[in-house]
Amino acid sequence: MYSKDMMNLLKEIMAVDFVLYELGLFLDTHPNERRALEDHNNFAKKSHQLKTAYEEKYGPLHINSISGFPYQYINDPWPWEIQYLGRESDVVL
Amino acid sequence: MWYYEKKLQYPANVSRTDLGMAKFLYAQYGGPDSELSAAVRYLTQRYTMPIPQAKAVLTDIGTEELAHWEIIGTLIYKLTDGATPEQMRRAGVGNYYAQHDKALYPADAAGVPWTAAYIQSTGDPIADLHEDMAAEQKARTAYEHLINLTDDPCVIAALSFLREREVVHFQRFGETLMLVREYLDKKHVY
Repeated sequence: MYSKDMMNLLKEIMAVDFVLYELGLFLDTHPNERRALEDHNNFAKKSHQLKTAYEEKYGPLHINSISGFPYQYINDPWPWEIQYLGRESDVVL
Repeated sequence: MWYYEKKLQYPANVSRTDLGMAKFLYAQYGGPDSELSAAVRYLTQRYTMPIPQAKAVLTDIGTEELAHWEIIGTLIYKLTDGATPEQMRRAGVGNYYAQHDKALYPADAAGVPWTAAYIQSTGDPIADLHEDMAAEQKARTAYEHLINLTDDPCVIAALSFLREREVVHFQRFGETLMLVREYLDKKHVY
């Protein structure tokens, strides 16, 4: 199924992507806020790095990601099947 | 267009099977102020928004609502996981089992199927954004009711996250409303 390491990395991606999305939504109505934009771009880089590392180890997060053979995107677990251990706040950014 | 990403926006867990709570959560899966209504409302209204900020806010919040719909679906799925027909009947959801087994179905907490009549799309951005702000407040209070109905700390954590998102969306829609007003005022001054 899935290891603790896989879940911790996935939860880190979830936390980073939440920050990234929240900054993006703020920028939708505040496009001239330079500091928020800098934070947004830094988290965009962090998100990309984490997803590259995750996908190399545990397989695709997206239908358009590179996959080993056989096609791994379909593999369980799907997000609603995962028992997320610990609290969300355990993830250190 | 959209792509699916194999992750939730929030790590939604449950501590134990709770068929009654699963039934209540249908309020936010297929009710009038549900995440489904919110997603369809915003992603439908966005086409006739007059300024870039408004098109972006409705697109992005509408997309986030789909992620919230998935969180509610995950909670319902996990709360009903492993339940037998006998347990469902005893918990008062035998009628649900008869029609859907444990499959998810977009209906409200009383079993009323979701309908597009829950949303409006007027072509008037001021009217639409007021509806959106009201919708966020109604969803915010629905989450408070749902939190009052459970003592499961995992479910409360996920519902608290969703409640906070309603507050943030209300804020962003309020800013969008002001920006649209400014735009419309300028446009009509010669």
